[in-house]
Amino acid sequence: MTTTVPAAAPMPGARVTQSRVLASEWVKFRSLRSSYIALAAALVAMIGFAVLVTTVLVNRWPHATPQEKAHFNATDSSLSGFFLAQLIIGVLGVLVISGEYGTGMIRASLSAAPRRLPVLWAKLAVFAGITFVVTVVGSFAAFFSGQAVLSSQYLQTTLAGPGVLRAVIGTALYLTVVGLLGVALGWILRHTAGAIATLFGLLLVLPALVSALPDSWSSKIDPYLPSTAGQAVTAAVPDPADLAPWTGFAVFAGYLVVAVVVAAVLLRRRDA
Amino acid sequence: MIEAQALTKRYGEKLAVDDLTFTVKPGVVTGFLGPNGAGKSTTIRMIMGLDAPTSGSVLVNGRRYAEHTAPLREVGALLEARAVHTGRSAYHHLLALAVSNGIPRRRVDEVIDLVGLEAVARKRVGGFSLGMGQRLGIAAAMLGDPATLVLDEPVNGLDPQGILWIRNLLRGLAAQGRTVFVSSHLMSEMALTAEHLIVVGRGRLIADTSVTEFIESASSSAVRVRSPQAARLRSLLAGPDVAVTSEEDSVLQVSGMTAADIGLVALREQVPLEELTPVRASLEEAFMELTDDAVEYGTERKAS
Repeated sequence: MTTTVPAAAPMPGARVTQSRVLASEWVKFRSLRSSYIALAAALVAMIGFAVLVTTVLVNRWPHATPQEKAHFNATDSSLSGFFLAQLIIGVLGVLVISGEYGTGMIRASLSAAPRRLPVLWAKLAVFAGITFVVTVVGSFAAFFSGQAVLSSQYLQTTLAGPGVLRAVIGTALYLTVVGLLGVALGWILRHTAGAIATLFGLLLVLPALVSALPDSWSSKIDPYLPSTAGQAVTAAVPDPADLAPWTGFAVFAGYLVVAVVVAAVLLRRRDA
Repeated sequence: MIEAQALTKRYGEKLAVDDLTFTVKPGVVTGFLGPNGAGKSTTIRMIMGLDAPTSGSVLVNGRRYAEHTAPLREVGALLEARAVHTGRSAYHHLLALAVSNGIPRRRVDEVIDLVGLEAVARKRVGGFSLGMGQRLGIAAAMLGDPATLVLDEPVNGLDPQGILWIRNLLRGLAAQGRTVFVSSHLMSEMALTAEHLIVVGRGRLIADTSVTEFIESASSSAVRVRSPQAARLRSLLAGPDVAVTSEEDSVLQVSGMTAADIGLVALREQVPLEELTPVRASLEEAFMELTDDAVEYGTERKAS
């Protein structure tokens, strides 16, 4: 006894191309609930913190010390939510690939595109595109809602202010590169927990360790750490101790390039 | 068509696949049989380009897997661990795979119908039963309407209906002239599904033969004889090639003679018989006997 298998529809032009792998990764990204939850949470973090921080500032302003007033920056206080958002975006970046290794999906993905590197490029591109669009929206929304709150004490600034537009867009760029670092580490380590620990070890723990060194050392090393270098572009008024905004961002992007190259080499060489 | 040539895979000290050479031909279901840990899944991963051979090569439809421009059109695979993201729906899982190879969206619905998952296609795969998961794996393998199918333990965890369904499907696919390569650690299942067998143990090729031949060569047959004069019959049957054992007073297990020959001896010597039954060692026993040898062989080699 056998089952007769119905004839398949013709499939002219079936072949793997980079743009098709990109389309496939887009289908994968948009068909997971975690993608929406993480992006929504990042938006809530960015906008929520903008409102929270600026509301506290506005309420305290009449009693604030001159020192506090000197430290105040209308742009930075509305963008401070990126500290939380970077955790969410970083985890999402890791999950985009570690989720495939964890479930075994990676074998299906690499069977469908056995040259492998197109899958890596496609994941990076899809993640970069979506994350930048969402975080740039979040960054502008956070900026404008923060300024709306600050306007009650006439503390607000505008996008035309010095460094403001650069900081708002820079925040989205920083978050996007954090997420891409997560993607690259996910490819390298292939385990969710390990990749997340490494990512935040680099971004959050390393600066704390360096600050424990003697000042003459730490002041030389700190500007080049991934987080310090990357965050230079997110501040409207650059910290003179740090690298210049775009220089810092270039250094941060350099770390990403190194991680992606390592990921690509390992992907070609390792068994799936 | 799958052609493995001196295929070898070493993980550190362990030789998982040791110099395997075989050809899987189109038109029949070929079983890939061996105990757990015999190197079946490693071999399949090498066929699919997921693991690189330490030495040797394996070609699918004349090329290395990674050299195909539309691999899903050439080879469909059901991989051992369900290669599916549990958070995604069956439909989107299949769609993502189809899109990457330029397979039309319409084909996704066709394979969902083929495996009977219409009702749950939009549900998350994480909630699927083992059987539904295997059906989804078959659907993914069939996406590109491939000439070659490679299925790792497709009946694992299926209920009897599911097993029957897969058995008939595989035969139908082979009857259409496709190459169907199915791994299993269950000899009995392969005896029902496959026509040809490639048997491995400890990563080495043990047999490359038709199922019928394998069963005949592997199973030692014996004849059970029950007689009130068992002791007398025993002495009459004694001979250089004949072995007789007895667990009960009136029952003999005779190997080395056919039931017909024993019956003739009994007739000639006027020994009454109450039972004369050919007993064939079960397929599982035969299979274990063969693969046990492979295990011993492996140990001996290491010692020397």
